[in-house]
This record gives sequence, C-alpha cells and structure tokens, in this order.
Amino acid sequence: MTQSTSQTPVDTDLNLPDGLTAERLLSAYKTMCLSRALDIRIWTLNRQGKAAIAASAQGHEAAQVATVMATDPTRDRYLIYYRQLTATLMLGTTPTEMLSQFLARDGEILSAARQFPLHGSHPRVDLFSFSNVVGTQLPQAVGVALADKMKNRDSVTISFFGDGAASQGDCHEAMNFAGIHKLPVVFLCENNRYAISVPLHQQMPVESIASRASSYGIPGIEVDGTDIIASYEAIKEAVDRARSGNGATLVELRVERLLPHTTDDDHTRYRSQEDIDRMRDLDPIPITEALLKRHGILDESTDQEFKEWARQEVDNATDEVEALPFPPIGEMYTGVLEEPTGGNSHA
Amino acid sequence: MPEMTLIEAVRETLRSEMRRDPDIFMMGEDIGPRGGVFLASEGFVEEFGEDRVINTPLAESSIIGIALGAAVNGMRPVAEIQFADFVWPAINQLVGEAARVRYGTNGGKFAPMTVRVPYGGGVRGGLYHSQSIEVLFAHTPGLQVIAPATPWDARGLLRSAIRSNDPVVFLEHKRTYRLVRGEAPDDDYTEPIGKADIKRAGSDVSLITYGLMLHHSLQAAEMVSQSDGIETEIVDLRTLRPIDAETILDSVSNTGRALIVQEDTGAVSVSSEVSAIIAAEGFFDLDAPVMRVNPPEIPPMPFSPLQEAEYMPSPEKIADAIRRLAEI
Repeated sequence: MTQSTSQTPVDTDLNLPDGLTAERLLSAYKTMCLSRALDIRIWTLNRQGKAAIAASAQGHEAAQVATVMATDPTRDRYLIYYRQLTATLMLGTTPTEMLSQFLARDGEILSAARQFPLHGSHPRVDLFSFSNVVGTQLPQAVGVALADKMKNRDSVTISFFGDGAASQGDCHEAMNFAGIHKLPVVFLCENNRYAISVPLHQQMPVESIASRASSYGIPGIEVDGTDIIASYEAIKEAVDRARSGNGATLVELRVERLLPHTTDDDHTRYRSQEDIDRMRDLDPIPITEALLKRHGILDESTDQEFKEWARQEVDNATDEVEALPFPPIGEMYTGVLEEPTGGNSHA
Repeated sequence: MPEMTLIEAVRETLRSEMRRDPDIFMMGEDIGPRGGVFLASEGFVEEFGEDRVINTPLAESSIIGIALGAAVNGMRPVAEIQFADFVWPAINQLVGEAARVRYGTNGGKFAPMTVRVPYGGGVRGGLYHSQSIEVLFAHTPGLQVIAPATPWDARGLLRSAIRSNDPVVFLEHKRTYRLVRGEAPDDDYTEPIGKADIKRAGSDVSLITYGLMLHHSLQAAEMVSQSDGIETEIVDLRTLRPIDAETILDSVSNTGRALIVQEDTGAVSVSSEVSAIIAAEGFFDLDAPVMRVNPPEIPPMPFSPLQEAEYMPSPEKIADAIRRLAEI
C-alpha cells in the first residue's frame, strides 16, 4: 500500500473487518473529500444566491461511506433523506448530477428539478427519496423490503433517517412491522443530536435511539459514526443479518452536524459556543485522515492529491452546471399519472 | 345472469384478481381469518395464505406507507382501511407521498396501489363510522378516486383500479354493500376510470350524483315521474378524480337544469366542483340556476336514528328538489 511520507508513526497491525480493505478505505476517504469540497461549494452557491436551499452532510461523511461499503449497490436499495450527499456520491452519482439538483437545472436526473435536492430517484442505482417530510421513508422502506421478501430476492433495504425522524409515529410503526415479519431492512439512524434546534434531551427521555430496538424484537446497536471502521463493522453485521433472512436491525450512528440544519438556519441561536467548538474535534474528515495515516494507508502527498482532485472536480461541475438552463416551463405539466388523465378535463 | 350484492362483487373481483396476478397482495386490519369486518376477504387467507393476505397491526399510516414501498418495488398491493373515518393517520402517506411519487421522481418510480375505503353513513355509525372522506383525495393531483354505486361498476372499476399503474382510492359505500344487488358477471370486463355513466335517461332535469345517493336519486326520479311527469336524467359520476366533465355537460345541454345530490357536506365539495364546471362551461345551456342537495353543515353524522335520518338526503327530499328545479 501507499508508503507514508509524513512523520506520523505507522501502525501496520490494523485488523480490518471482513470485506474491508485498505484500498476500499482509501477510496472511501477520497469520496469523503469530494463530498466535503462539494458541500462547501454548495453552501457558497447558496450565499451567492444561486442555490435556494441546502442541508449539509458535513460531519456525517464517515458514517455514510461506511454504510455504502457495507452494502451492495448492485442489488441493495437506499431510501435516503436530505442529508445524504456523501452516501449518494459513494453510490456512484456524480458531482455534476448533485449540483444540478441544488441549482435546479435542466436534465436533473432525480426529479427533473421538481424537488428539493436529494429527492427523487436515480436511474443507475436504486436510491430514492419521495418527500421532505421526515420519517415517511421508514414505512416505505419496510414495504420495499416486504416486496423483496415476497419475490425471494436477496436485496437489503437501507432506510436512512435522523434523530428527528425517530420521534415520528411512522418510525414506530415501521420498526414494529419489520420486526413482526423479519424483513430484510436496516434502520440506519444518523443521530446528530439536533432536530433542527431541538436537542436530544427534548426529543426523548432515553439515552439512545438504538435502545428502542428491543420493543420491536430486533437488535439495536449504537456506534461512533465518526469511526469509519466501527461503523462499517456494525452496519455490515446488520446487512448480513438482513440478507441471510434473519430480519431487521436498528443501527444508531452518533455523528455531529457541523453546520446549521440548512442554509436557512443559524445554529448559534441554540447551540453554545462550547458545544460548537467541541464538535470541531469530531469532524470525521481529519479523524479518518489521521486513522489512515496512522496505519500507513494514506500519506501526505496522496491526501493533498485527493483534496486537489476534489476541488478540481467541484470546479468543473460548477462550471458545467452553471452553464445549463433551467428546465423548460412546459415540462411541469407532464407525468402526474401514467396517462394524461391527471387533471379534470375542464381545467 | 346471476345477481350479487356489492360486497360480493368486491370480494369476487379481489379473488379473481388475486388468482390472475401473483404480484397482487392484500393488507389491512382484520382481513385474515376474520375476513375483514365487512367480509370483503372472507376465505382469502385460506386460499392465498398469510403472505398475500396480511393482517396488519392497527396502524393506518404504515398500512399505506408499506403498501407504497411494496408498490414501487414491483408489487400491486391492495390495502384496506377498515373504515374511512380511520384514514386520517394515513393521509400523509397517501396525499403527501403516494400521490406525488411519479411526479416527484419524474417517472423514475410509480405506485400501482389500490386503497379500498369503506365509507358513508346511514348505518347508525355515528360521528366515527359514517364519514364521507372523498373531497381531500379528489382534490389531490396524482390520485384517482373511484366511488362505484352498483355491483357491475364495483367489479369493472375495481379491476381497472388494481391494474392501474398509479394510486387509486377506491370508495365503497357501506350502506350499499348489502342493500344493492345487481348483475356483475365474472367475465373480466373493466369499466374505465374517469368516465361517468348515465343510469337513467330523462329530458327535464340532469341529476348528478354518486355512491349511495345514486339509489336514493333513482327512487326520487321514479316518484316525480309518476307524480308530476318529470323525467330526470341521472349521471352517476363513478369517478371523482378525474371528474368526467364531458358527460355532465352533455346531459345539462340536453335538459337545461342541473341538480347535484351528495351525502357529504356541501362546502368545498364534489357538488361545489360540479357546480363550478357547469357554471364555467355549461352556463348558456342552463334554463335555471344550478341546485344542490347537501346535508346540513354539521359533523357527519348523529348516532341517534331520527337525527341520522334527517341528516341523510332521502328520496323524498331529492324528489322535492327535482320538482322545485323543474318549476323554475
């Protein structure tokens, strides 16, 4: 593997879990760098008045690449939510495709720019999100998994959600049904401790969301979502359990939301400076960088190369997408139903 | 040809569709060994097994959300909401989600799902087993809303609903389940979604209605025909979204008079919409103002029998309205 050129002491005794290699970790880290560069650019484009709204994935990157590595994008299904930029890139979407969403450009492939970013469905990989309404994807994911079980397919469904969605009744109903029917689904909670501004202790009287799993007869596990290897291990076990017919798992990944809820939010109104300063130490990019360097998987020059590559990719995508027109107005009238009987004929 | 009740037509259609297509499955409360509270799936779990006739927890939002997930992943779920009055927790999954799947993914995903909803009053159901809930769904782009009134239409339209590649809310009036009998042969015919049907020909007044009120209106039409020689043309909407404006306007152009009869309260309702269609596009065909028979603006509907009867538009009230309209 890559020789370390930095001064970091190298520990070559890293025991990687089954299915995880140094090459995969390095590739995942590269995607994390790309996601971060794109995320920063999107925020800038919002401040320039070009991107109407964005929810940042910053802080969630390690958890999201670990999730995708633990699954099989050629057969698994991903019900994402709005903070899933890194997972979406890791699943093979391009920065151009993602930026087309944020800038609502013609040819946007997930929803034809009808929806907020990270909503719609993707033609190459089975990732989708129908709604901004948090938690609705949980019963839908259970239905997706039910269909796979009925058709004897070996696909696993990943239902991403946040701590906010965990308070919805749909969350309870979904996990209950998945438990009853032993469905091949992984409930993947990225718990960043805030539902917009509402802190965890005002959302739930228990310490962990994973602890609720026992109510549904499924295993629940809580993991440090900034630890790419531990996250992978936990999710892989859950995915294997689902694929082998042993039912659902609730995985809670503890992460930090490094930026406000969205570009329209200001978290200094509800987070203390101390809290904001503290979470900077929980940024998964430098944590993963240090981990990979410590184990001789990443060296300084490769790291710089990745970050420069990411900047270049994002610059190219920005130029490309900004040159695109908005979708033609007439396209808004199409595709409500399969056949053109969508509106009342007198309308 | 053998006659059957409306609930039998629903049951036999579900059975033949389940036999025809293994991707169809059913889910809902008490639909297993109980056969559903109205026996729409009586004997089904024995024939099709628990995997295709899923008894669900008492949780309407996930009944629809799970059906939706299965629908976008290759199945054709038929979900049952036990009583229309219990549909509200599922509104988010139905109006917010299912209706927008095709549009919101630009056709990348679509949801071939049918949601059967027993609705309506006149059954001593009180405030929570009598509601008409069609307006919210009929207002929603992306949904198709069907409300058959006869066994024939229930059969032909339920087939069309199940075979549609977009979500359908299929409203079955509880009072009609065993009250209404008619022909509904098992020969795989379908009736088109979005087409009204003339249930009685007449040249004096057009009466536009749906559901149980079709039968009250047919009685009223016979009463005024015999007592006053007034001939009423009855348009059974059958589909509430999309509404068949063409058939309504054709009828009104023949009679010059329009009466809309419904069991649901009138404000911002199907009768409002039909009135607007006629006002906007049939105005110069009218010889009299559009008239509506709606129940009073109170929460539908009182449990006590005299008040319930007062709430429901009866054949007598409808006959009175026809006479008044014909005199103008």
